[in-house]
Amino acid sequence: MANSSMLTYLPRGSFIHKLTGTTKLCFFVMVSVAAMVTFDTRLLAVLLVGTLVLFKCSRLHFRDVKWVLWLAFIFLVLNHLFIYLFSPEYGVELYGSRTVLFTLTQRYTVTSEQLFYHLNMLLKVCTVIPLALIFILCTDPSEFAASLASVGISYRIGYSVSLALRYIPDIQRDYHDINQAQQARGVDISGKDKFFDRLRGSVNILMPLILSSLSRIDTISNAMELRGFGKNPKRTWYVQRPFKKADWAALCAAVLVLLVTLAVTVHNGGRFWNPFV
Amino acid sequence: MQPIIEFEHFGFQYDAQAEPTLTDINLKIYPGERVLIAGPSGSGKSTLASCVNGLIPFSYSGSCSGRLTVAGVDAPHSSIFELSKHVGTVLQDTDGQFIGLTVGEDIAFALENQCMPQEQMHKTVERVAKLVSVEDLLSHEPHALSGGQKQRVSLAGVMVDQVQVLVFDEPLANLDPATGKQAIELIDQVQKETGAAVLIIEHRLEDVLWRSVDRIVLMDEGRILADQTPAQLLCSPLLAKAGIREPLYLTAAKYAGLTIRPEMRPDHQDTLTLSKEEKAQVRRWFSEPLPQSKAPAGEPLLEVRDLTFGYDPGKTSLENISFTLNKGEMVSIVGRNGAGKSTLSKLICGFETPRFGSILLEGRDLAGDTIKERAVSIGYVMQNPNQMISQSMIFDEVALGLRTRKLPEEEVTRRVHEALRICGLYPFRSWPVSALSFGQKKRVTIASVLVMQPQVLILDEPTAGQDFRHYTDIMEFLRQLNQQGYTVIMVTHDMHLMLEYTPRALVFSQGHLIADLAPARLLCDEQLVKQAALKETSLYSLATQCGIEDADGFVQHFIDYDREVRG
Repeated sequence: MANSSMLTYLPRGSFIHKLTGTTKLCFFVMVSVAAMVTFDTRLLAVLLVGTLVLFKCSRLHFRDVKWVLWLAFIFLVLNHLFIYLFSPEYGVELYGSRTVLFTLTQRYTVTSEQLFYHLNMLLKVCTVIPLALIFILCTDPSEFAASLASVGISYRIGYSVSLALRYIPDIQRDYHDINQAQQARGVDISGKDKFFDRLRGSVNILMPLILSSLSRIDTISNAMELRGFGKNPKRTWYVQRPFKKADWAALCAAVLVLLVTLAVTVHNGGRFWNPFV
Repeated sequence: MQPIIEFEHFGFQYDAQAEPTLTDINLKIYPGERVLIAGPSGSGKSTLASCVNGLIPFSYSGSCSGRLTVAGVDAPHSSIFELSKHVGTVLQDTDGQFIGLTVGEDIAFALENQCMPQEQMHKTVERVAKLVSVEDLLSHEPHALSGGQKQRVSLAGVMVDQVQVLVFDEPLANLDPATGKQAIELIDQVQKETGAAVLIIEHRLEDVLWRSVDRIVLMDEGRILADQTPAQLLCSPLLAKAGIREPLYLTAAKYAGLTIRPEMRPDHQDTLTLSKEEKAQVRRWFSEPLPQSKAPAGEPLLEVRDLTFGYDPGKTSLENISFTLNKGEMVSIVGRNGAGKSTLSKLICGFETPRFGSILLEGRDLAGDTIKERAVSIGYVMQNPNQMISQSMIFDEVALGLRTRKLPEEEVTRRVHEALRICGLYPFRSWPVSALSFGQKKRVTIASVLVMQPQVLILDEPTAGQDFRHYTDIMEFLRQLNQQGYTVIMVTHDMHLMLEYTPRALVFSQGHLIADLAPARLLCDEQLVKQAALKETSLYSLATQCGIEDADGFVQHFIDYDREVRG
């Protein structure tokens, strides 16, 4: 079942795919931290260009992630709207000057400082989202749990996440079958009926779906226990790949980004770069 | 020699149950033995296996009495991990037990948990994969494999440990007959190569005996009824008493008046040795005339014309299917998994829309009808009742279809009661569904479809997972429905069902309808049997051995006679 809305692994064979999952996770975390810490617009602009280049190199396409980007865009707009509604003078506070562009109401004036603050926030988010997408879409799900475990997250948690992702298509298939069988008995959720009837119809599908999912969980947890899952505090991984030169290079690059961010922060005497003074 | 598994006055009671599930079990299994544990549903055979692999009492809690030693370990007082070093288990549901995303990972799962270094792990996986011939599939997704390959992978996954005991919980469930046969061969081969003791939990005796086992432990109501060699057990009346079906060739031999003795080597269709007189006796039985069962002479009810369908563009799942069903017929649809059987039922019910071709009911094209409209005349019963049942009370469940059609409540009550009576569920009408057994739930789903008074009933694997007693109950009930005028279509892997209950079989292979004939003829046709992944009936080899040339006539004679005897 091809579904463009799902965030699933896309094996496209770029150099980013060839990095280990651990490298990608560490790179993602370190660069995201850098982007979150700094409010230096020059640095953020460089980081943004960098991640966009990486996105291009990873052979992902806009259409692969269209749905996620739309969602992100909606949240972003809402987020900025609320920031402005609740604290329209936050930029003024931060940058210590007030350059009024125009006035909407007495409370809501538009200042260069506030706009500049919003620009910085926007740059941060636009830097982090492509990185997250690269990590999720270019990491073989088999390596997913292994890479989470390698940065110190319990392998049980890593495994539950990857199993949950694995079961989505199965549950979709169950849903499809149950839905059809219910429709054959006259339960219709396809739109012709009234809203209340459709709601009741959904409940009719939900109960068998939950029961069948529970029995799936029962089977898989038995199968896992019978093969010794959870016996030791640690485990090894069949698909974990050894670190190569490229991995070390990527990690060095991430560390460099962090160091530069640190240096810029020290140089600016704080997280903010203030062009207004 | 020390037994590898030893039960001494062992008993077990689940916490949630009032009665013990196992009582006074005494059983010794030695290294390298092949033991079949047979018994009807609820006899405790699966519970027995769960005690060996540690699921009991560590996953399903309850109280144990007596002693159980597995590979020198006091099983109920060790741990599931300790036991998993010695016991490998292949669960019934091959699909549900895959953990890894690729075959390689899945085989390696146990090794990962033991913290085996990666290099060694890859070597071990490769070695085991070769042993069961899946070495070329290591990077594949387990779910995309065929049924037989899945079995191989799940077996490899438990063989990575040097286990001394292999437990197979109903290894034949959900497999087509040919794959089931291969599964038994595979178990036999692996046993020979590893020397492990093998425990097979199955109620399908004849299929397991395709390869020899050393002993059969027959269970009923939580006790061991018999612990004998296959040859001994097949000659005793105990099998029938426990409701286990004996191999068909033996039933036929008995019908012919023969007495089965251990020295006839009755445990395998090819080893069965009959004397000249005995063969003559079988031939004489064959020549006795029987009242002929008359074919239903109804008018055409369901016509399928040049039906073509595919889920993905460019690929077809069904191609140019044409056939006609007459009123009052009972037919089987058979063929390997993925041959297009389920797709056909989905098209008839309107779940999918055909690319070309048409489906006619009483001469009227169904093309414009929705699922809901078709459901009035075509009833569909899914394989798993748990996927169909959405209400908590039996009455409400059966009434659902009528209530969504907004029928007056008195009419609903009348029709629900009638459907419940037909299905033998009337006494339970005010019970909750959860109080029913699997077989009874199946009846509830049939009742909930019957209540709509359809002309055609389509059932997907009506007897999957049922022991002989429940199989007989369900099938006799369906036969009664058929005699009342319902047209019944069954999608099945069960050759017994097809042979005994349906005078006509539609055979599918790779999206084509390759044959439309009587089951007795089908199962004597080597070519067709192979193409559709079926299994030849053992009656065929009995006929050959007795020098009967008209094998399909012999099979038909058996069915007719069987029907007479069983009424």
